Amino acid sequence: MCTVCGCGEGETKIEGEPRRHDHHHHHEHGHDYGEGPAHAHAPGMSQSRMVQIEQDILGKNNEYAMANRGYFLQKGMLTLNLVSSPGSGKTTLLTSTLNELKDEFPQVVIEGDQQTSNDAERIRETGVAAIQINTGKGCHLDAHQVGHAVDHLDAPDTSVLYIENVGNLVCPAAFDLGEAHKVAILSITEGEDKPLKYPDMFHAANLLLLSKIDLLPHLDFDVGKCIEYAQRINPGIKVIQLSGKTGEGMDSWYRWVRANRQIAMIDCPVAQSDGGA
Amino acid sequence: MHEMSLCEGILQVLETESQKQGFDCVKNVWLEIGDLAGVETEALLFCFDAVTRDSLADRAKLNIIHTPGSAWCLKCAKNVSVKQRFDECPQCGSYQLQVTGGDEMRIKELEVE
Repeated sequence: MCTVCGCGEGETKIEGEPRRHDHHHHHEHGHDYGEGPAHAHAPGMSQSRMVQIEQDILGKNNEYAMANRGYFLQKGMLTLNLVSSPGSGKTTLLTSTLNELKDEFPQVVIEGDQQTSNDAERIRETGVAAIQINTGKGCHLDAHQVGHAVDHLDAPDTSVLYIENVGNLVCPAAFDLGEAHKVAILSITEGEDKPLKYPDMFHAANLLLLSKIDLLPHLDFDVGKCIEYAQRINPGIKVIQLSGKTGEGMDSWYRWVRANRQIAMIDCPVAQSDGGA
Repeated sequence: MHEMSLCEGILQVLETESQKQGFDCVKNVWLEIGDLAGVETEALLFCFDAVTRDSLADRAKLNIIHTPGSAWCLKCAKNVSVKQRFDECPQCGSYQLQVTGGDEMRIKELEVE
């Protein structure tokens, strides 16, 4: 890994291409490192000393996240970080959403998976621009990868950017990408105690989508209990029950997206000139 | 979770600091890890050795200071201590808790030469 800006040179790929290290992304960072740490010890001269640094381990990621957030703010964009276990129906939900809302406002997608660009291809079939990040061995997207992908995408002002994170309820909780909200998707085939098993994620999310609700008659899933568990972890979490297949509850989700896009555009100069449509 | 990425993050900070503060060897690193930070200490120690090999922190010792979890109970209107995110308030049993501490992951200090 490049220690200058965190660019992985091994496994991470954007659209199947190894991420090139040309640093044209929109966030600025200084790069005057010289030759790296010198291992020159003059005999008898070395002396231990203590250095106070008090720095957040994820400080670097958070800096990139703040740069991304500033970019989204300036463009009046709403950015949603969609997180879930593998197989929760994220991509199906997303394609339905894109189809429903594509005549109302511009939308773009960043897809994160360990391998393949299958999901980005499914998204592009809806006519919406999508970019695939393959994390290789990585288990989550980080803010720096997203910064690179956003550069490739060149998203229109006041658009909605959906970031479909790697299917994993653990690591993505800790990595801020610069999004306005994390949206957790939990399918009811997974068991109602998932919020207790993976508390960090449900704590970090602002919205919980309980998906595949059409399967409820066939399962022993206790919706009330699941919501209660989620609210134990995060008293302020909002819950919407929906089914991408039957369309049940999808209207509530669309209304949530529209409302949050309006919020993202408040006081944004670019948004006012397009009438906030 | 992601302990390898965390160790890479630590190494990045060390390398940046070595330029700023003028040192080229790190012997000891003290981390402050909250009980609610979701970090597996054993995995972190293991990854740190692997990540720092042949770096300025080769053979550096990683010392971990655990900080306890705390939360504000909305019902009791005071701070209480918690061990996990899904704990109830030890005083009133409510789940209306807002975590106020113990989710930090910070590099506190270094011994360098």
